[in-house]
Amino acid sequence: MIELIDVHKSFGKHRVLTGLNLSIEDGKTTVIIGLSGGGKSVLLKHIIGLMKPERGQVLVDGVDMTRLNDRELNEIRKKFGMLFQEAALFDSMTVGENVAFPLREHARLKEKEIREIVSDCLRAVGLSGTEKKMPSELSGGMRKRVGLARAIALRPQIVLFDEPTTGLDPVMTEAINQLIMETQEEFRLTCVVISHDLQSIFRIGHRIAMLYEGGIIAQGTPEDIRASRDPVIKQFLAGSIEGPIRIM
Amino acid sequence: MGRVTKAIDALGRSVLYSVEEMGRIVLLFISVLGWMFRPPLRLRLIFKQMEFVGVRSIFVVVLTGMFTGMVMALQGYHGFRMFSAEGMVGATVALGMTRELGPVLTSLMVTARAGSAMAAEIGTMKVTEQVDALYVMAANPIQYLIVPRVIAGVIMVPFLTIISDFVGIVGGYFVGVGLLNINSGIFMKNITKMVELSDIFNGLVKAACFGLILSLVGCYKGFHATGGAEGVGRATTEAVVLASITILISDYFLTALMF
Repeated sequence: MIELIDVHKSFGKHRVLTGLNLSIEDGKTTVIIGLSGGGKSVLLKHIIGLMKPERGQVLVDGVDMTRLNDRELNEIRKKFGMLFQEAALFDSMTVGENVAFPLREHARLKEKEIREIVSDCLRAVGLSGTEKKMPSELSGGMRKRVGLARAIALRPQIVLFDEPTTGLDPVMTEAINQLIMETQEEFRLTCVVISHDLQSIFRIGHRIAMLYEGGIIAQGTPEDIRASRDPVIKQFLAGSIEGPIRIM
Repeated sequence: MGRVTKAIDALGRSVLYSVEEMGRIVLLFISVLGWMFRPPLRLRLIFKQMEFVGVRSIFVVVLTGMFTGMVMALQGYHGFRMFSAEGMVGATVALGMTRELGPVLTSLMVTARAGSAMAAEIGTMKVTEQVDALYVMAANPIQYLIVPRVIAGVIMVPFLTIISDFVGIVGGYFVGVGLLNINSGIFMKNITKMVELSDIFNGLVKAACFGLILSLVGCYKGFHATGGAEGVGRATTEAVVLASITILISDYFLTALMF
């Protein structure tokens, strides 16, 4: 269970999170929606301890991430996998080395076992046999899939996705969505997905939370969100420029 | 009056920024020391960086060392000839190279070659979230990226300086004895008479300090790069400028302390 309680964060005078509260259930996919530049990535970085709030708590299985030192943070991060927006593959390493990285760092396995897990993970994302390729040889969609393979290599309990389908064509978007759903189901993962791709949101989310002006203004099942009468949510889902959302 | 106030304001700001930056680099150094002695010891990464900083810099270091020794002999010859003291050319070249030019020129060349690359590589990793990915995968980026580079800088710059010192003296010998007909025995005897082991040793200590500065500054600038390709370019330029200036300024103080 991940809980964010009264989280405040600002950059200079710009207040990004203003007393945000959010609960994320175990074994479900929670999608966080909101405007571009609205603080979704900042929220995700708080969950994994890449950023610390000025005030408030971030609890992961009851442990407050904001009070941990480097060593304790490293321990708890082994529960996590994360797929970055541009995949963030290490471009000095091959695909195989990228996927093997968390295993070599933490798993104390023999080289043969590592190779087998890498091969399994790449097969799971439909990229068997690409171990020797460099990230620069891959397309955007393939890079994201390798990123997902790396994120799940250590069999984490929680996987965070930072805009997994942004910039992809509709077919690849569907392939990534399918992959997220299959992986979530297979490993009973807690997934937190940031997205503003409406089609994906309703396809993969068990729960949806809307971030607006520094706080969560609504959360519920996809049906709840679709049926919401909140003018901000209605405008966001309709993609309309008329309404309470101010366009910067 | 307004213009004067503005100028003082700008000056104050830049001084404050520089002091802050120095403070942050010192904090990074303390952090590097802390991570250096924690397992795992990443030998493969350290050797890889030693190869990059050291082995791949040999060619430029040999070239600059050789020609510096040659030009020192040439200049020295014309000066000493006025006092019929041409035999001192060898000792001048050797002292100049071991005490000063060997360590300084080597570090400036390594700054241009490897310090800039450190800033560019880590900067690119920073702006493409690869540094965040390291944090997420519970691999501390200071330990993974910066510690191997700093160790490589501190170890390899003195080794390169030894090479530079040697080829500089060989270059001086070639010009002095080979081209300007200075007596070979006098040339060599004056070197052994004038140059002490402490000159070489102090030069190498300086080189190790410069190696620390160039790697630390290169990594710091890369690690704090923001704003895409332009930010990485800026970080690289700033790394070379700041490291070079810091090397030259600290050279004065190290010399004052040592000799």
